[in-house]
Amino acid sequence: MLLLSLAWQSLKNRRLTTSLTVFSIALSVALLLGVELVRVGARDSFANTISQTDLIVGARGGSLQLLLYSVFRIGSASNNISYSTYETFRKHPAVEWTIPYSLGDSHRGFRVVGTNEDFYARYRYRRDRRIEVVAGKAPTGIFEIALGSEVARSLGYKLGDAVVITHGVSEHRGILDHDDKPFRVAAILGRTATPVDRSLYVTLYGMEAMHLDWGAGAPPMPGEETPAAKLKIEDLKVHEISAFLLRSKSRIDTLRLQREINTFAGEPLTAILPGVALTELWRTLSYAEDALAVVSFFVLAVGLLGMLVSIYTSLNERRREMAILRAIGAGPQKIVFLLVAESAILSVAGAGLGAAMIYSFCAVAQPVVEDKFGLYLPIQAPTPLAWTYLGVVVGAGILIGFVPAIRAYRNALADGLGVRL
Amino acid sequence: MLQISGLRFAYGAGAPVLDVPSFAVERGERVFLFGPSGSGKTTLLGILAGILKADAGEVRVLDRDLAAMSGAERDRFRGAHVGYIFQLFNLIPYLSVMENITLPCRLTAERRARLNGVGMPYAAAKVAQQLGIGNLLHESVANLSVGQQQRVAAARSLIGTPELVIADEPTSSLDYDHREQFIELLFESCKAAGSTLIFVSHDRSLMPLFDRCVSLPEINRVGR
Repeated sequence: MLLLSLAWQSLKNRRLTTSLTVFSIALSVALLLGVELVRVGARDSFANTISQTDLIVGARGGSLQLLLYSVFRIGSASNNISYSTYETFRKHPAVEWTIPYSLGDSHRGFRVVGTNEDFYARYRYRRDRRIEVVAGKAPTGIFEIALGSEVARSLGYKLGDAVVITHGVSEHRGILDHDDKPFRVAAILGRTATPVDRSLYVTLYGMEAMHLDWGAGAPPMPGEETPAAKLKIEDLKVHEISAFLLRSKSRIDTLRLQREINTFAGEPLTAILPGVALTELWRTLSYAEDALAVVSFFVLAVGLLGMLVSIYTSLNERRREMAILRAIGAGPQKIVFLLVAESAILSVAGAGLGAAMIYSFCAVAQPVVEDKFGLYLPIQAPTPLAWTYLGVVVGAGILIGFVPAIRAYRNALADGLGVRL
Repeated sequence: MLQISGLRFAYGAGAPVLDVPSFAVERGERVFLFGPSGSGKTTLLGILAGILKADAGEVRVLDRDLAAMSGAERDRFRGAHVGYIFQLFNLIPYLSVMENITLPCRLTAERRARLNGVGMPYAAAKVAQQLGIGNLLHESVANLSVGQQQRVAAARSLIGTPELVIADEPTSSLDYDHREQFIELLFESCKAAGSTLIFVSHDRSLMPLFDRCVSLPEINRVGR
C-alpha cells in the first residue's frame, strides 16, 4: 500500500505528462469502444429494419430475393400471389394481422408500394416504432399517394403535388408512364432511417387502377383507357399482390404457420422468418465487421505504444530517483512493482476515462446519429467484446510497465550509487 | 562492526576496481575515507551498503557476511541497518520533508520495526529536531536551500537508528562554514542513534574533525 501511494504521488508530481498519457489511452479506448458500439448498433439497426413481423410471404422463390424486395425494395418479385390466397391467410385464425405489398412500379427511381391502412397502423421497425404521418393523412382515395421522408426530401414534393408513376423500375421517366392517371400527394411520412423512407405508398386500389385495361404487360391503346375521373373504389377489384407481412397471434404458431404456407395447396408460396433472413444477410456482409475489427486493432496498438513511450521517456529522468530508492532499501522487486503499478494506474485510469468519454458522447450524439445515419447507438452495458477490449488495455498496460521496470532494475544495478546527474 | 577481508571487485568482466586485503571499523567510530576521484570510493560504499556484491572475500557488517547473502537479503539488510547520504539531489522532489524522512520506513518493514512502536511522524520529527529542521517538516523539499536539503537527507538516513551510516561526499556542495556545522550535527545525531559513520570525501580539510582517517589507496591494492 505504501508503495502504491508512492507510485501515485510520483504520477501526481508529473501531472502534465500523466494526464496526457491517460488522455491518449482514453482516446484509444473511446475509439475502440466507439467502433464496437457502432458495430453492435449497425447489426441491431439492421436486424431491426423490420420488427414484430413474424413471417414474410411471397410467391415461391428464394428467401433472400423475397427479403430484398419486400424489406429493402431491391430487385423485384418474379411472381405474384393471388388476392384470394392473401385473404385466406388474412382471415386465418392464427394470424393477428397482415400487411399486403404490391410492387413493380416506380417514380424517379423510387419504388412505389401498394398497400392498405394496416401498413400505417401495424408496421413496426426498431422493435416498436411505427410509421408516422408528419403531414396530411394516410392515403385512402384511389389516386392518393404517401411519400417516404427521403423521397419527399430529395424530390422536394409538397402536399397536393401531382406524381406520375412509371411502369416498372426506372431512374428517369420511362416510356411507360401512367400519365393518364396522376396521383396527388396526400401524406408525407416521418423519417424511419429504414428503406421505408425510400418508397412511395399508394392504396391497393390505386395500384389496380393504374393497371386497369392493361393486358399482357402492355398498356391499353390511347383512347381506350378508362378515364381516371370515372373510377370508383367499388368498381375496382384487387387481383394480385406481390407479398405480405404477417404477425401470428402467438410466437408458438409462427413455425406451424410457416410450414402451412410453404406447403399451401392453392399456389406455391414461400414464407420466411425475417429475423433469421436478416441475420443471414448480415453475415454475408461480415467483411464490414472485419474491417472495423482491423481498425480497432490498430487503434489499440497505437494507444498502447503511446503509453509505452511516455512511461519509458519519463524513466530516464528518474534514474536518480530509482537509485535513491534503491539505496534506502528498495529491492529490485520493489522498483519493478513501483513502475508496473504506475503503468497499471495509467491504464486503468485511461480505460475508465475512455469509457466515460464514449458513453457521454453517445448520450449526446445518439439522437443526431440516429436521425442522420439511421444508426441507433445503444447505451448499454459493455458487450463481452468491449469488456475484452478493456481487459486487454489494462492487461497490456500492466505488461508494458514491465519493459521500463526491467530497464530501471538493470539501471539501478548498473548505476549502483554512482549516478550523478 | 565492520570487517573486510580479501575483498575483490570488478564491474562485469572489466579491470578490477577493488582489492582490499583487510579493513575494519569499530562500533561507534567516525571514519573519514578519502582518495582521489576514480579510486573506487563509491564502489566500496556500494559494497558496504550491499548494493554491489563482492566477487571474492568477506564483507562482514554486524557479523553478517554480505558477500554470502542473496540480492533480496542484502536489500532487506540495507533497508534495516544502513542509512545512506548522497552528494546532492538526493531527495524525492515530489514528497514533503516529512515524507522524505520517513521513506526508508515506508519502503521496508524491517526499518519500520526499528522505530520500536513509535509512530513514523514522531520519529521523523525527533530526528529532524536534532538536525535543526524541525520547523520544515511540512515544506516541499523543492523550497529548501541546499544546506537544508542535505540535513533532510541526513535525517532520512538516521531515522530508525541504523547501525551504519554511510555518507558519500555529502558536503561537497556546501561552503566551509556550513560543512563544519553539518558535520557536527551529523556527529551528534549519529551519537544519539548509536550509529557508526563512514564518511567519504576528497576534501582533506575535514580530516581533523574525525576519529580516524583512512586513505583508500592505502588499503586498496588496485590503485598502487
